[in-house]
Amino acid sequence: MTQTLPYLSETSSQTAGPYVHIGLVPSQAGFDIFANNFTNNLLVPGVAGEVITIEGRIFDGSDTPIRDMLVEIWQANSFGRYNSPEDQHKSLKLEPDFRGWGRTGTDFETGLFTFQTVKPGRVGDQKQAPHVSFWMAARGISMGLATRMYFGDEAAANAADPVLNVIEQAQRRQTLIAERSMRDGKPVYTFNLYLQGPKETVFFDV
Amino acid sequence: MAITEGQLFQRNRSLHPPAHSPAYKTSALRSPQIPLWSLQNTISEISGPTFKPAELGALDHDLYSNYAKSGDPIGERTIVHGHVRDENGRGVANTLVEIWQANAGGRYRHVNDRYMAPIDPNFGGCGRTMTDENGYYFFRTVKPGAYPFRNHINSWRPAHIHFSLFGTSFAQRLITQMYFEGDPLIPMDTIANTIPDKAAIERLVAKLDLNASIPLDSLAYRFDIVLRGRRSTLFENKLQGN
Ligand SMILES: [Fe+2]
Repeated sequence: MTQTLPYLSETSSQTAGPYVHIGLVPSQAGFDIFANNFTNNLLVPGVAGEVITIEGRIFDGSDTPIRDMLVEIWQANSFGRYNSPEDQHKSLKLEPDFRGWGRTGTDFETGLFTFQTVKPGRVGDQKQAPHVSFWMAARGISMGLATRMYFGDEAAANAADPVLNVIEQAQRRQTLIAERSMRDGKPVYTFNLYLQGPKETVFFDV
Repeated sequence: MAITEGQLFQRNRSLHPPAHSPAYKTSALRSPQIPLWSLQNTISEISGPTFKPAELGALDHDLYSNYAKSGDPIGERTIVHGHVRDENGRGVANTLVEIWQANAGGRYRHVNDRYMAPIDPNFGGCGRTMTDENGYYFFRTVKPGAYPFRNHINSWRPAHIHFSLFGTSFAQRLITQMYFEGDPLIPMDTIANTIPDKAAIERLVAKLDLNASIPLDSLAYRFDIVLRGRRSTLFENKLQGN
């Protein structure tokens, strides 16, 4: 008889449901329970780099902004170093207090999500353009959606990015690029996502 | 040459719900239509956020007490515990586990929940903990009630607890739901049945664990969780796409 392989099977995903805020953003559910909350503000005192706002909406197949979506981001610091034991690029400066991760829920009225952070640097071996990883979950979404946001003012780096370049249709790469603008003298990147339709965002099987 | 870890195992999508499950109506307008682009993992996917036990409060893992205002919450005193491993069978140490749930009457403490069952003034319904150095976790809570939801005319969710997990890589991120052994609503549940594999649904059903119960105090259920595993980079010098 053949031997069997010892691997386990990954636990199946289930939708986060309409009440995801209770567990992950309790203030939005309408109550206060933890002394220390995880938020959409990634900034910590003394962090290096350009302070930016990332904001946007996520549209369903009827072009309606989704108002109950959990949005999480994961990024390197401005030196391109992830605050993770998995990132051993020791030539890139680590800032131990900058976690590089944040979460929020889209607004119940407007569908807007917002993050305060710093613009990340080029990670690892520097081949990829600066980017932020996004992960989203909600009612009606049975398994979290993964994508990336790139920066509109990094045209040369984006054009050489190995991940953007594997996307066959060049116009679909544009769905991952956030537009830079200035508001009250501060940089804002607008990143709108579309779950369906002609502007459907590229989502990744990571 | 040492064996180091590389990319995550390819996800077996047949164990997960498809983005569009016709019986789960909300998924129709919220499911991407174009196939996902397969992304060779880079450092951005292999790395992931870390959390420290000191960031959590002393009662964060005790839903029975962490929102008690004037007394104890109503409901069956319940312990949920289990082992978080990866697909290689190794315990996932020091990883954040977050849960949320309805109260014993099936009502959520949420501005958008309009179900007629009452809010319990002594129950918040959320908690969080970290796995220990071997990957084990536990919570104390009350068993949640079933509740109706607007899908079909008469759709009810079985009692369940929502779980959120991180692992060590952001590509291991997982949200799922735990059910309770013996609940007659599970076989007809639209959400559980978005998973096409019956054995995979069974693995979401926590088993009554009398050995872990506290006599004269609390019943216990065991819920083990498996996150994605990593390839060993045999004969490779460095992580690809790094
Ligand atoms: Fe639920």
